[in-house]
Amino acid sequence: MVTAGIDMGAKWVKVVLLRDGEVIARGKALTGFEQKASAAKALADALGQAGLSADAIDRTAATGAGRKDAPGSPIELTEVTAAALGAVQIERSARTVIDVGAEEGRAIKTTDAGKVVDFAVNEKCAAGSGAFTEAMARALETPVEEIGPLSLQSSQAIPMNAQCAVFAESEVVSLLHARTPKADIARAVHDAIANRIVSMARKVGINEHVVLIGGVARNVGFVDAVERELGLKITVPPDPEFVSALGAALHAAERRG
Amino acid sequence: MANVAYPTEPLKCWARAKELRQRYYEDYAKAHDTGGLRWAGGAWSFDAIPMGLGPDVYPLTSEPYAASIAFNREFSKRCLEATEAKGYARDLCSYMRNYWGSLLLNEYAFGGPFPRPDFIWQDHICCSHAKWYQVVRDLEDDIPYYCIDVAVGPYEEARDRQHRVQYIVDQMHQGIEFLERATGRTYDDARLIEAVKNDCRATSAWAEVSALNKTIPAPLDEKTMYALYVLGTLHKASRDVADFYEELRDEVRDRVARGIAAVPNEICRVITDTQPPWGFLKIFRYMEKYGCVSVGSLYTFGLIGAWEDKPNGTWGPRTTPMAAGTPMETRDQALHILADWTLSRPEWQHFYSPHLKSQLMLRIAKEWQLQGVMLHYNRGCEGLSLGIAENRLALIDAGLPVMVFEGNMGDDSEFDEDATKNRIDSFMESLGIKRPGEEL
Ligand code: SF4
Repeated sequence: MVTAGIDMGAKWVKVVLLRDGEVIARGKALTGFEQKASAAKALADALGQAGLSADAIDRTAATGAGRKDAPGSPIELTEVTAAALGAVQIERSARTVIDVGAEEGRAIKTTDAGKVVDFAVNEKCAAGSGAFTEAMARALETPVEEIGPLSLQSSQAIPMNAQCAVFAESEVVSLLHARTPKADIARAVHDAIANRIVSMARKVGINEHVVLIGGVARNVGFVDAVERELGLKITVPPDPEFVSALGAALHAAERRG
Repeated sequence: MANVAYPTEPLKCWARAKELRQRYYEDYAKAHDTGGLRWAGGAWSFDAIPMGLGPDVYPLTSEPYAASIAFNREFSKRCLEATEAKGYARDLCSYMRNYWGSLLLNEYAFGGPFPRPDFIWQDHICCSHAKWYQVVRDLEDDIPYYCIDVAVGPYEEARDRQHRVQYIVDQMHQGIEFLERATGRTYDDARLIEAVKNDCRATSAWAEVSALNKTIPAPLDEKTMYALYVLGTLHKASRDVADFYEELRDEVRDRVARGIAAVPNEICRVITDTQPPWGFLKIFRYMEKYGCVSVGSLYTFGLIGAWEDKPNGTWGPRTTPMAAGTPMETRDQALHILADWTLSRPEWQHFYSPHLKSQLMLRIAKEWQLQGVMLHYNRGCEGLSLGIAENRLALIDAGLPVMVFEGNMGDDSEFDEDATKNRIDSFMESLGIKRPGEEL
């Protein structure tokens, strides 16, 4: 059986194709304003890699904020359920899943079967999402993909007082004017976002094996900050931004026809 | 979970409830036309006491009035803007801000200019109550103002209960002197006694209505209960409201006997907490698509309902002083009964004790057979939101699934409808309840 999982994220649409539980292809497209077209593009990308036509897909499930715009009439599931299913599939012992995307962060407590026990979501505050890092990278005049490695070069922790993305930007500008090394500011930015995310995760309870997923998990500076904040090592699976799409594809496979 | 289809039917007394509410607001506005008096105060005020001034004395309780404003989102927006423009902070009680806005705009939510009260009869259970009418007096001419301090803590846990009651009774006696001075009328104790009896009848009957919701399927859903419990927040000491609650209780008993459900596809039972976001009650209908019914809350049960432990260990309506044969022939006896009865109401008790509130919520979870709890982190009400995160932890520790959502009962700019629906979806998925229309 071939199933497709589509994650209609705020910034990227991600697609995972599964055949009998094994990942056979992944596709990705910038969400932009035309979500439906982007989803079709990401799906076509994955189908092309797998050498399949759309008819070969037996069932599709969609997750993410824009899931209602996913192509076809897929089964819907929320980001919380998809993230837990996908993370536990990759890391069997995962019990706390932290998912940080472009516009939202969430923390999930899960069972070994990927069943959600409790969850917390931050959908209101930009300071707990990838958008925050992007805004701060702009303020630092540094490409966003470089801000993570840059922060690892920091030699000192500088607390950022502002908890709000808007105020944090002015704080970054002030630090730059004060000739604070960029690496230290980058670390301060990651510490601030990690502080937000970890305090949310603590609400659902931290169980030893923590898995970090979502696009922001590719940022090594953020991962480092989360580990320091938690005081433990966390797991970042390969291709962390595809984990929820994987969860959706698994969900499609599990549903009776 | 199997698909179910319980029989359902509308409430017969629904139209009467609407009529009572409408008449209440009209009576207040028109009181002066026939030489009557108007008073303003909180929904927690001892409304039985001004009734001793005569049959033509009409209240406007501020919180339900503000909730009516919040329900009208366009008017609410203008009220909130007017209050903010006057320099009052956005993080104050949103009921208070709506009320002040209505006053500042000189617009009554039920038509015409804002009807100025002749006196203010308030009590202070929350800090906002203390400030509410101070500002009204700043904005209006000097309106005679009396308030009763009721911050005596949880009554159930108190060893010195009689002192707490006496502290309030003493203020009530002085309050009656104030009422006579402020209005020039002579106080009638017989009217007070009748009003206290009405209060006991109304609040005991409301507790029984709420207790009947322990039944599966629930005869009432919380969205409907909001439209009914509000009468108790308007004027629980009036004969009309007491009679109505007894009529409602009889109808709900009948629904239970005949297995009539509020939500025909009920498969999941939850409670909420604190006031809902009034402009978005449709989220309750959204939950019902899943077969999830909110059977009430400590708020809907306990703000108005008077409860007691029953001999079989369950929670049920408090036995009225009339049924218990407690003498109520003098002013002092009536005031003692009123103070004791009011302090025993659950919302009054847990106001100062998140610990007690958690215990009460757990009791409801057990007796009302809940699958989960949905907590409204209500930014509009410091009073009832205080300690809610503690309640969440206690419920989770007891093994209950809990969903939280953020919002504001009276300021819709702090509520995100789509995000809340998404949370409900996640919560339902985590409870193993399938999306509407999907195969199981
Ligand atoms: S803050 Fe809450 S309890 Fe206090 S007056 Fe406002 S609505 Fe009532």
